[in-house]
Amino acid sequence: MSTEVSQIEELANKEYKYGFVSNVEAETFPKGLNEDIIRRLSAVKEEPEFMLEWRLKAYRHWLTLKEPNWANVHFDPIDYQDISYYSAPKKKPKLNSLDEADPELIKTYQKLGISLEEQKIFTGVAVDAVFDSVSVATTFKEKLSELGIIFCSMSEAIKNHPDLVKQYLGSVVPYTDNYYASLNSAVFSDGSFAYIPKGVRCPMELSTYFRINAANTGQFERTLIIADEGAYVSYLEGCTAPMRDENQLHAAVVELVALDNATVKYSTVQNWYPGDKNGKGGIYNFVTKRGMCKGVNSKISWTQVETGSAITWKYPSCLLIGDNSIGEFYSVAVTNNYQQADTGTKMIHMGKNTRSTIVSKGISAGKSNNSYRGQVKIIRKADNARNFSQCDSLLIGDKCGAHTFPYLEINNPTAQMEHEATTSKIGDDQIFYLNQRGISREDAVNLIVNGYCKEVFKELPMEFAVEAQKLLSVSLEGSVG
Amino acid sequence: MLEIKNLHANVGGKEILKGIDLTVNTGEVHAIMGPNGSGKSTLAQVLAGRKEYEVTKGEVIFNGKNLLELSPEDRAREGIFLAFQYPVEIPGVSNVNLLKTAINEIRKYNSEEELDAMEFMTLLKKKMKLVEMDQSLLSRSVNDGFSGGEKKRNEILQMAVLEPKLSILDETDSGLDIDALRIVANGVNKLKSPDRSTIVVTHYQRLLNYIVPDYVHVLYNGKIVKSGTKELALELEAKGYDWLKEQKEFA
Repeated sequence: MSTEVSQIEELANKEYKYGFVSNVEAETFPKGLNEDIIRRLSAVKEEPEFMLEWRLKAYRHWLTLKEPNWANVHFDPIDYQDISYYSAPKKKPKLNSLDEADPELIKTYQKLGISLEEQKIFTGVAVDAVFDSVSVATTFKEKLSELGIIFCSMSEAIKNHPDLVKQYLGSVVPYTDNYYASLNSAVFSDGSFAYIPKGVRCPMELSTYFRINAANTGQFERTLIIADEGAYVSYLEGCTAPMRDENQLHAAVVELVALDNATVKYSTVQNWYPGDKNGKGGIYNFVTKRGMCKGVNSKISWTQVETGSAITWKYPSCLLIGDNSIGEFYSVAVTNNYQQADTGTKMIHMGKNTRSTIVSKGISAGKSNNSYRGQVKIIRKADNARNFSQCDSLLIGDKCGAHTFPYLEINNPTAQMEHEATTSKIGDDQIFYLNQRGISREDAVNLIVNGYCKEVFKELPMEFAVEAQKLLSVSLEGSVG
Repeated sequence: MLEIKNLHANVGGKEILKGIDLTVNTGEVHAIMGPNGSGKSTLAQVLAGRKEYEVTKGEVIFNGKNLLELSPEDRAREGIFLAFQYPVEIPGVSNVNLLKTAINEIRKYNSEEELDAMEFMTLLKKKMKLVEMDQSLLSRSVNDGFSGGEKKRNEILQMAVLEPKLSILDETDSGLDIDALRIVANGVNKLKSPDRSTIVVTHYQRLLNYIVPDYVHVLYNGKIVKSGTKELALELEAKGYDWLKEQKEFA
């Protein structure tokens, strides 16, 4: 990553510590969940009445639901009363130098090519600002606001743009959607909000890197991105640096809305703590991500590189409502050691001439389990819908598992469907061949894995793609040999 | 350059090499011939360091180093190149990417500057002419969907780019039609130099019409039973291996 980016990021992080959070009382709620807690949460966040009502409705609905158990993952029951649903963002413990940080972590950062300055930020070492922090951040914000683009935290959006929030929040993922989405709707703490007005092409990749006061991901994050007619936006979520978090359960919701002729591109690199080599600890990532191609000729594209978390349960989906709308899903999901991933997508074709593309690349190593679960549904009215699905699994070693669960529901005879699936293994003969050309075992695996993921990586913004490649090699380290 | 002394090796518990002695000096071309199952390919694989082949006895010195102690990748970086009899397909990894990674790994090991994209492409284009290879094969995945001839040519291209000190061609002629054979042999001959050596492992004399060896060795039942000059190959072609088997049994 260039130093310029790292400096900006540094600033973004710095700003976070002293920025908007200062007006939030530094307190942590007692453990447990009830209506009082939700009222208190809404009050602390100074939310308008409609938000509280919505949260309460979600909570009451959640009480009627049961935790889903259909996914191909296994974990001990979660005690939802043993979680504190609000805590003021904590300042990271201050270290005086990198020497005091966890050496394992530093080693990983070095392999990922993360600059020293960034390493300090991630580990919480006090950093001296290299140049005036306020000016860079302000320039960035000014540039966006000149175009009428709103990019802020969800909390700010609720306060400053209640009409947009009221109109779109829950319009793609209703609070009744599923167990985790209902929980999130009741208790979400913060997240990102973006609105791109009519005809505006957002000139830069929007990223939590840049968004002041959003450097830390909350336990229950809520993101809403709206591209108005003819607008374009590319949004980057996450970070290749390993993220540790004391919260084990993460249940985020992401909603994307694309109106007529609008395009939303959403890229994720997720590298949360997967637990140790024996599968202890690690984050449960139970996310609901959905995009709605509401308008004609609209397009929503999901690209994800998932390497972290102990358990991933995630199906970024597209509702193709507008005629000629397009949904895309490009995914690389890596599991190693004892990680479990059940991930895929849903493409719901509702408009005419809608098209969807699914490219899923699962990589399993160690004793991990990796499942692709995808649904393609074409409703009766959706004439001339087309879908192309490709689900590939790559196995490294012989103690891991790869599973594919495709669901197809086609109610219109004009639909065209293509489905390709492959399972492959990195063969010893392939490794030896590359060894014989002077390439080490680790590099040989990287070469093969990166080749295998090429189709997905090319969908990522350039810089992200380079980082994702390195991330993969670090994630798979020690998986062969 | 290469000194093999009393080399014994097992595959799956069965002894295949039963005491090989062979010295290859710099600049020489040696042909190793022999009937099926005599251990020719095993010898090639053992030299390259395939771990399924267990060396039980003997030593191999390559340019003063104990070759058997080196990992396969270090052997390659020291300058040993094996042109595989059955080149493996590696979907997703482009030929260009493989070659660029390989050459730079080797250069790094030898404390040479890595080549940048431009320098590499210039080199590659030059080498491609040697094996009359179509440019379109470069961006394709390694050997993926290549014809038998294309695979073998690809091996020679890699050899040309990596410029090894010792090339081992393991039945490079098998499955080649006469045109492909000419192209492959031509590539090998053009790469011949006083500071490089070649071991040609082959079943037939045919290839040796194109790649003329300095010495010919006949491998039979895990041992070199006869060595000679290129005339030995012709003799073998005329009389067949049975002639040697009989000789050996009488001996």
